[in-house]
Amino acid sequence: MSDDRAITRRRAIGVAAGLVGGAVLSGEAVELLAQQGGGAAAAPAPLAPVAPADASVVPGLPSGATSIRSPFETPALTPVGVTTGSSLSPLQDFAGTITPSDLHFQRHHNGIAVIDPARYSLTIHGLVDHPLVFSLEELKRFPSVTRTHFIECSGNARAAYRTPKREMTPQDVDGLTSNSEWSGVLVSTLLKETGMKRGAKWALAEGGDAARLSRSIPVPKLLDDAIIAYAQNGEPLRMPNGYPARLLLPGYEGNMCIKWIRRIELIDQPNMSRDETSKYTDPLPNGTARQFSFVMDAKSIITSPAYPERLTAPGWWPVRGLAWSGRGKITRVDVSTDGGRSWTESELVGPVLPLAHTRFQHMWQWDGKATSIMSRAIDETGYVQPTLETFRAVRGAGTDFHFNAIRTWLVEQDGRVFFGG
Amino acid sequence: MRPRRSSVARCLTVLVIGGGTTLGACRRDTARESEATLPAVGHARRTPEQLGLGHSPTAQQLAAIDIDANPAGVGLPPGQGTYAEGAAVFAQKCAFCHGPKGEGLGPYPKLVGAEPKQGFPFGRDPKIVKTIGNYWPYSTTVYDYVHRAMPFNAPGSLTPNESYALAAWLLAENEVIPRDAIMNAQTLPKVQMPARGHFVLDDRRGGQPFR
Repeated sequence: MSDDRAITRRRAIGVAAGLVGGAVLSGEAVELLAQQGGGAAAAPAPLAPVAPADASVVPGLPSGATSIRSPFETPALTPVGVTTGSSLSPLQDFAGTITPSDLHFQRHHNGIAVIDPARYSLTIHGLVDHPLVFSLEELKRFPSVTRTHFIECSGNARAAYRTPKREMTPQDVDGLTSNSEWSGVLVSTLLKETGMKRGAKWALAEGGDAARLSRSIPVPKLLDDAIIAYAQNGEPLRMPNGYPARLLLPGYEGNMCIKWIRRIELIDQPNMSRDETSKYTDPLPNGTARQFSFVMDAKSIITSPAYPERLTAPGWWPVRGLAWSGRGKITRVDVSTDGGRSWTESELVGPVLPLAHTRFQHMWQWDGKATSIMSRAIDETGYVQPTLETFRAVRGAGTDFHFNAIRTWLVEQDGRVFFGG
Repeated sequence: MRPRRSSVARCLTVLVIGGGTTLGACRRDTARESEATLPAVGHARRTPEQLGLGHSPTAQQLAAIDIDANPAGVGLPPGQGTYAEGAAVFAQKCAFCHGPKGEGLGPYPKLVGAEPKQGFPFGRDPKIVKTIGNYWPYSTTVYDYVHRAMPFNAPGSLTPNESYALAAWLLAENEVIPRDAIMNAQTLPKVQMPARGHFVLDDRRGGQPFR
């Protein structure tokens, strides 16, 4: 092995281990790792991950400042480089219900705002008794809440509805939803400090990003369960998710959960901002457009088996996926493995929390024949996820948001799985 | 202050909830409690309704961020703009994204388009592009959005006069107002948008049927 190659490997492993910047990596460990890959051709970047044949007989790597994923796991948002648009979350790579913070979907309207927490503030003004400015430190001094909720972009699955392709992954279909444990202060707590004047019916929430994204929110929702979240899965918000603070409206469309929130103005009527008029409204076949359609309807998607997976042989396979509802708890998820002719109640793996992703699982004995598999979510209001046919008939081909029809995966005789609409 | 529940009350609760729980089980529970060696604690002082955090913003601080305008015209600043002024601003600051006539370029949306003037077929046909003229229900949204978020490479840089002028140009190009209309805090909120009557409130509910 040439020195060049050794350096390349060392560098590759160093980067993989998150030890960039000259941190010490045990030379012995690197050499041993390199030797295990010995004989392989000099690999151009990116290198395939290399592991010793028996990790129990070689010293392991030293710890780093942050934990890293195994180089054998490469979940990724896609597309990237987006400043106005979406990066979808790899639903097929997840287990359980929590979305890893760095894989939470992103929707930006003019890039990711970079905000110094020391200079951040949230102003609450308008129809209040005492307009107040809160620093981040002050927000954190209030009693906090910690709650698990999904955030879903209401435009999620537009491509799957309008231009479905067989080669769509769960990420491509429904990747604009994510689920986190959020910590922060209830907006109702802050409104006790400011007081509210009679006539305060709505509130304009506005971001401190370059889009100054603004949405009108009904005051009852703010008082019910709205949170100014400053932490996500145990740590400060990730920058693309609104660092240092964002609005969280459990069960409501993601666009309203204003990231980088800088002010809340109590007002007497909705502001009719761009994103609650020209966008995030739902044209219907009867020549109207539904406005203020805040709540996310119940939905589910099988995340495995799904494209590009392949069932390698007949036998028992787990059918797994996620279900959620903006109206409360998921009470049941039915699975069909015969194209919707018959349905079986799946197991809800738990935790089953209101307004949160819920994991379901159904053990399926595949007989090796072509079929299609589907899931159907039911929530505590008795709402049943509609079929694609029903959805089309009621909402129309041109509807723009809230695409929650039952999703289908086609299983071919050779075990390959494709998106079926 | 939260009252402590007596062991009797807890015992009754166990009976009610458990149904088949015997009194013997209750006695054991009581016995275990007496053996508990948990350290004694005082009661936390009740947190007051207000903590007195935060400070009052100055008028200047509020003015810097209170940038919205609503359909009643609240928030629209002094100033005005004409179609001709708007055409010049658009050519200079907007056309390189939206196209010289607001026809849209690549990912940057089409802004101008008065058709279809009849009906509101968007729900049936996803190919019809929504524009200010055929879809936006409120005229003040044009000012509010342009002034807050545009141009994309320098949001917040437009003067009120420039934003009024762009509203005048955009609304006239969309055949909503005549080219000689001057837009200001009084005239803009009075502009009736063609799509206004097509918007309805959300009627979805939980349960059935699917809406």
